[in-house]
Amino acid sequence: MPTLPARVRVRYSKTGRIRWTSQRDVARAFERALRRGRFPVAYSEGFSPHPLLAFSLALPTGAESMAEYTDLRFAASSEVEGSWRVAQEGEAPELALFAEFLGELMPEGIEVQAAAALSGSEGSLQEEVTSCDWIVEVTGMATAQVQERVDALLAAAEVPIQRERKGRMVTDDLRPGVLSLELVGPGVSPGALRLHTELATKPRGVRPAELLRGIDSNLTLARVRRQSQWIARDGLRLEPLTADGELLGQATVTQGDR
Amino acid sequence: MESLYPSIEPLLFTVERPARYVGGEGGSRTPVHGEGLTAWLLAYPDTYEIGLPNQGLQILYEILNDRDDSVAERTYAPWVDMEAAMRERGIPLFSVENHLPAAAFDVIAFNLSAELTYTNVLNMLDLGRVPLHAAERGADDLVVLAGGHCTYNPEPLADFLDAVVLGDGEEVVSELTVAIGAWRALDESERTRLELHRRLAGIEGVYVPSLYRPSFEGPRQIGLEAIDAAAPEIVEKRTIADLGAFDYPRTPLVPLTEVVHDRLNVEVFRGCTRGCRFCQAGMITRPVRERPAAQVVEMVKRGLEHSGYDEVALTSLSTADFSGIESVVSEVIAEAAGGQRVSVSLPSLRVDAFTVATAASIQQVKRTGLTFAPEGGTWRMRKVINKLISDDDLFAAAEAAFSQGWRRVKLYFLIGLPTETDEDVLGIARLGAECVAIGRKYHQGASVTASVGGFVPKAQTPFQWHAQDSLEELTRKVELLRGAARETRGLSIKWHEPAATAAEGIVSRGDRRLGAVLERVWRAGGTFQEWSERFDLSKFRDALEAEGLEEAWFTTRMRSVDEVLPWDHLSAGLHKDFLIGEYEDALSEVGLEDCRWTPCYDCGACTTFGLEHQVASNRPPAGGSQGTGQGLELGVRVPVGLGSKGS
Repeated sequence: MPTLPARVRVRYSKTGRIRWTSQRDVARAFERALRRGRFPVAYSEGFSPHPLLAFSLALPTGAESMAEYTDLRFAASSEVEGSWRVAQEGEAPELALFAEFLGELMPEGIEVQAAAALSGSEGSLQEEVTSCDWIVEVTGMATAQVQERVDALLAAAEVPIQRERKGRMVTDDLRPGVLSLELVGPGVSPGALRLHTELATKPRGVRPAELLRGIDSNLTLARVRRQSQWIARDGLRLEPLTADGELLGQATVTQGDR
Repeated sequence: MESLYPSIEPLLFTVERPARYVGGEGGSRTPVHGEGLTAWLLAYPDTYEIGLPNQGLQILYEILNDRDDSVAERTYAPWVDMEAAMRERGIPLFSVENHLPAAAFDVIAFNLSAELTYTNVLNMLDLGRVPLHAAERGADDLVVLAGGHCTYNPEPLADFLDAVVLGDGEEVVSELTVAIGAWRALDESERTRLELHRRLAGIEGVYVPSLYRPSFEGPRQIGLEAIDAAAPEIVEKRTIADLGAFDYPRTPLVPLTEVVHDRLNVEVFRGCTRGCRFCQAGMITRPVRERPAAQVVEMVKRGLEHSGYDEVALTSLSTADFSGIESVVSEVIAEAAGGQRVSVSLPSLRVDAFTVATAASIQQVKRTGLTFAPEGGTWRMRKVINKLISDDDLFAAAEAAFSQGWRRVKLYFLIGLPTETDEDVLGIARLGAECVAIGRKYHQGASVTASVGGFVPKAQTPFQWHAQDSLEELTRKVELLRGAARETRGLSIKWHEPAATAAEGIVSRGDRRLGAVLERVWRAGGTFQEWSERFDLSKFRDALEAEGLEEAWFTTRMRSVDEVLPWDHLSAGLHKDFLIGEYEDALSEVGLEDCRWTPCYDCGACTTFGLEHQVASNRPPAGGSQGTGQGLELGVRVPVGLGSKGS
């Protein structure tokens, strides 16, 4: 019977048609896959027990991603009659096999890239991740105009935008959240221009659609892809888990069509 | 034909819930179309979330894709935002699997489950670029079919449909495939629409409206005659004799996004003989055909493994009546889940303490709410509708529920029932208040919700001749009830919009002239009429007026039992004498036993088709044939007067 660590971080990508599902839909897909695989999933206590899965910052519906993460918990005391059990001390868990098997159970478009054991002392993904790299493709304006607006945004001290928070409209300054922004040329989508950007997730994150409104409200979103999520540590940008399976590692490969 | 997906995808950033349009469900197929294959587009005329779980379409989807002469894909009504975007870009109605335009298919087949979706049928035909009226279609246009419960009066949609299927679809869908395939293979000179219609009319259970002509005298329909030798005088429904022969769906669809009834659904029996006189489903789906218990357990096991769901619903019109339901439920929990948590839900609980015990055995953890359907506020009312539950049965059920940890009880009622008085309406508040009082013995915060729907008389039921309450009367009754309920803390009333009940009534018993009315409602923008934010009664009223028709003729008018009904040529097997007898007994407050456990009173459902009930146990549930909890033994009558038919 193959074994699992009690805590596992999983890295996966979300591409193709499934990107039109919500973060909640993806969470439910993981729950179903974990049940189908009869993994010894740990549940919360209380009135309405739910499986213990913790995701990183929600990916907007419609966005693709090369770097999504979820932290899973498994219970040694599970009564599930499965083909997996939690590894005991000194046993080496079979993480590659786990990642492969889980990937087979997930819907098309979600590829499980890597899995690694967590000790339990790591911070949560939501707390630790401080910024994300995005590819954003836009239509609606000519290259020169977009370049001008991008330059203007970068030069501005403040970029106020209206956004909804807890049901009411508030004005926020976008500028501190835009860590980098670059017009790199034509995009993959017909007639689109491609922007590369790094957007902060704290203290108040910036979403790609909000960035677009900050650049120019005439721009239309044609394509969005999250390329990386970053944890800032000791002056370095580290990935929560690299595609090679290294926890808190530096990205060794640049994935996708950068 | 090529996939439309590249032109659909750019629209998805701009619409609500884009996952509605991408397919990709677990269990879905992406069939390869080809020469000699009849391609079906299975359509549900409402949103994806409402339509996807429809079990009828899922069953046909598998049967058609498993045949070697057909393929099937699915489509749902695009929401108004998507429809506008599609029309702007010239994108036609498409399938969610291969994203093929409707024109790539040979057949479009609609499931009709609710009358207020009919305008969506017209809209989807239009979006699919199918000529709206059957009479305008040529040899190369799609064959437009409909099935489902509403087809027992399909006359309002008669102008738009090539053929209508009555009853169970499992067998007839194959016969239709063969017939349509053979017609398509004919030489061009022979391949006419009339030839298609004649061939379809020759299949048992298939009604071809164009081969019949209704006649009217003033507002009254005075007849309907078959105008072609191929058209049978009466079309009888199809009934599969053995549900165990059709263990579908085998790989139920698991949507990527949330839908209604988002769980594994396993049908445990079809048909119901409790004989509730208002209930069209109970009348048209007879006789009772139980699925073998071992097959139920197997389907649950397979379905959970395939889907990963943690909830399974054992579905039927009254699941607590399934023979040996307790042992099936415990087996499902023990065997099927392999130690994983699974919750079993039993929709349509019977109202008695015994049923609550079954519910308690399965809901060990989450005891939030329990639902019962007494339907009528007084015992007198319930005798009229043949829902033979005493007040004490309900109180015992409430006592059992609250004492075992449930905090909320929901009660379903109908108002506007035949012979209803204000006392009957106020009885709903009284029952609710009593249940709250019972609940408060156990929990400070115990609450009861009474959910009230307006009654719409339906075709092929004992009440098909009876007047529907007017909008004003229904509204008055809702207010009366709300006023009475305000006196009780912990009792809340929810009600269905009376105007929507009025519109449903217009269509439910409408004749062929309603086709022009529906077309006007649709052309006036009246799609998604079952959605409160879209519903507009004035569109129906304006359309009726424009067509010179009176609303009251279809709704609040009493019909005599000898008048011609627009659906007289369609049969669910029920003898008209039986329906008339039941109507008379209703008006004299006389009940009727459940024939599953008592001698046959020959309603016609079995004898017409040479069928029998398939029930694993001939023992009635605790409480007698009507499950009233009154300690009845097998063969002992329920303590209400019985009509002569029973003995």
